[in-house]
Amino acid sequence: MRRPWARDGGGHPDTATQAGVPSAPVDGAPLLSLRGLSKGFGPVQALTRVDLDLPAGQITALAGDNGAGKSVTIKTISGLWEPDGGQMVWEGHPVVLRSPKEAEGLGITTIYQDLALCDNLDIVQNMFLGHERSRRGVLDEASMELTARRTLEELHVTTVRSIRQPVASLSGGQRQSVAVAKAVMSHAKLVIMDEPTAALGVTQTRMVLDLIKRLSSQGVAVLVVSHNLNDVFAMADRIAILHLGRSVASGPITDFDPQVVVDYMTTGSSTRAGSGHHDGEG
Amino acid sequence: MARAEPPPAEEPKAAAEEASELAAMAATTGVTSPELLVDSLGEYLRAWWTRIRAGESGALPVLGGLVLIVVIFQVQQSAFLSAKNLVNLFILAALFVLFGLSEIFALLLSEIDLSIGYVAGVGAFIIAELIAPPNNWPWLPAVILGLLATAFLGLLQGLLITRFRLPSFVVTLGGYLFFQGLIIYLADIDSGAVGGVVRVPSTSVVFDLVNDNMSPLVGWIALVVVVALFAAVSLSRAARRRSQGLSAPPISIVVLTVAASAVAGVVLVVVCNVNRGVLVPLNGVPWVIPFVLLVVLAASFMLNRTRLGRYIYAIGANPEAARRAGINVAMVRTLTFVICAFTAGLAGLVYESWLGSVSVGISGGTYILFAVAAAVIGGTSLYGGRGKAYHALLGGLVIGAVDNGLGLLGVTAAGQDMATALVLIAAVTVDSVLRRRGTQTV
Repeated sequence: MRRPWARDGGGHPDTATQAGVPSAPVDGAPLLSLRGLSKGFGPVQALTRVDLDLPAGQITALAGDNGAGKSVTIKTISGLWEPDGGQMVWEGHPVVLRSPKEAEGLGITTIYQDLALCDNLDIVQNMFLGHERSRRGVLDEASMELTARRTLEELHVTTVRSIRQPVASLSGGQRQSVAVAKAVMSHAKLVIMDEPTAALGVTQTRMVLDLIKRLSSQGVAVLVVSHNLNDVFAMADRIAILHLGRSVASGPITDFDPQVVVDYMTTGSSTRAGSGHHDGEG
Repeated sequence: MARAEPPPAEEPKAAAEEASELAAMAATTGVTSPELLVDSLGEYLRAWWTRIRAGESGALPVLGGLVLIVVIFQVQQSAFLSAKNLVNLFILAALFVLFGLSEIFALLLSEIDLSIGYVAGVGAFIIAELIAPPNNWPWLPAVILGLLATAFLGLLQGLLITRFRLPSFVVTLGGYLFFQGLIIYLADIDSGAVGGVVRVPSTSVVFDLVNDNMSPLVGWIALVVVVALFAAVSLSRAARRRSQGLSAPPISIVVLTVAASAVAGVVLVVVCNVNRGVLVPLNGVPWVIPFVLLVVLAASFMLNRTRLGRYIYAIGANPEAARRAGINVAMVRTLTFVICAFTAGLAGLVYESWLGSVSVGISGGTYILFAVAAAVIGGTSLYGGRGKAYHALLGGLVIGAVDNGLGLLGVTAAGQDMATALVLIAAVTVDSVLRRRGTQTV
């Protein structure tokens, strides 16, 4: 299937000026599209006409150097900050998100780097935090434990020895798994992950990457912010690159190679030949 | 434990990798709660031992400390383990248990409530003034009103702490002084208070709470019923959880727990049923003991089995995570201060029943220190999120034993204060050291 999402980038100094032109995907609308999103903080223009497409069932990596606008982008999508200009289109309809609650209501879950887990609670308790099931005022532990176990099995999270152990005793990768499972249980359609593999060892990183792939294979759109290009190429279906608050390139990951991505991240353009990402194969 | 089935083609490799991954996980995971994974008693005990060595010692050091304290006092003064003294000790401990429980609620949130000694005093004064002449109220409405008043004081402090984001330390320190003044004011406006003292009529139920006993037969019947209920509930729950494929402790552990509580109960009833009267026979379990056990049970239920309890633990460990989970953090924190003050009101009730009167000279400051000491000695962390209702029982018994034992040995007030302070500092040190070890092994 032709996927002409990749925007013209190669060697063109004015890439950003073309960024505002929406390119309709061929195989159905993406779950969420950002069109010309802008956000400024006083004199600082954090985002300038950023475009981003997040199709369901695919992993999109959001790459960029420090200060490129990755955090502002995900915070805008998760409803923390309202954009100054531009449009967000969710399942074909324009939406305005004024609070994280509204984003959650749509099915957008954000997993920040701190994972927001309570160390003293066990895995089941963390997965159901804020959404506990109860019968006549008494917590229904049996039902919660069964659901939590099923969710973890669906995600093939098999390395935890007991789902009744406190998350304080879990490794970094396992904690990440619990956070992901929590998102799955909330029936999220879009899961945003901020640096999911930062500070993880090799084995743990692999485990988390597999987990993210399984998450997207369940039909969830995943947006991953990552500095680590090895991880990006290991898991992502698509990539979008920001440079100084502007979208400079995006498209299927197969159209890129690490060197080209580094070029885009550092300079906002790439002159390398044969990278195959020009105009998204078209 | 569920395992992923790797595709057959790459099975050997995948299986090998999985195994190495599992090993890596095990190496990085620490050793918390391995009891949950084992089926036999032997494995359970081994897992328990590894957990103790990892710094998750649970109730063991407290029980050890309690035995040590008892042995020391018994060697020094043979009357320590007499039935008469033990019952006195239990009653004293009952007071500390309630104060400790009250403080545990605040500590679980990583907060502190320094006002509970005088909150209890206010509650005790209101109850006593209502049931004493000239008011002569029946006991039940008086007790309800007194407890509502203490809950209201907790609400005020909780609102100040959560709405204005003031440190609980400062707000409740203000409460400490304010409520001390309030007690003097209550005594001043009451014509029944002579010299700042209100007597609890010895005919009232409030007086009987500590000073009346179950008949020996009723004590035995109550014990049998309670142990039978406990055994039935815990065995059937464990069996049900097992049949549903949920994690549950081995049956042998459940049986041991039931047996241990049965033994403790039998000892309690035997000791209390010994005649401890001098001229007239006096025996039976004082009503305050089942009363306090019931309060601890209710608190335990609230903390473990309800949303509110779950949220208290969550906020104590990670308020930001709780907020993101959609929990109304300010409301839960306020409610916790209400519960804390209400429990202090119960302590006030036991206090005035024990003394038969309540005076403006109530040493609320000492009781706050004892409350924190009982909570921390019992195993509740000062750093929030870790603690159980039963910790108040353990801590209250230790503080009660120290206080009673030193009094029995004729140690001066100065010596008693210093000894209690040392026990408190020792407990906090243990908490801090264990916490550090705990984080290192994770």
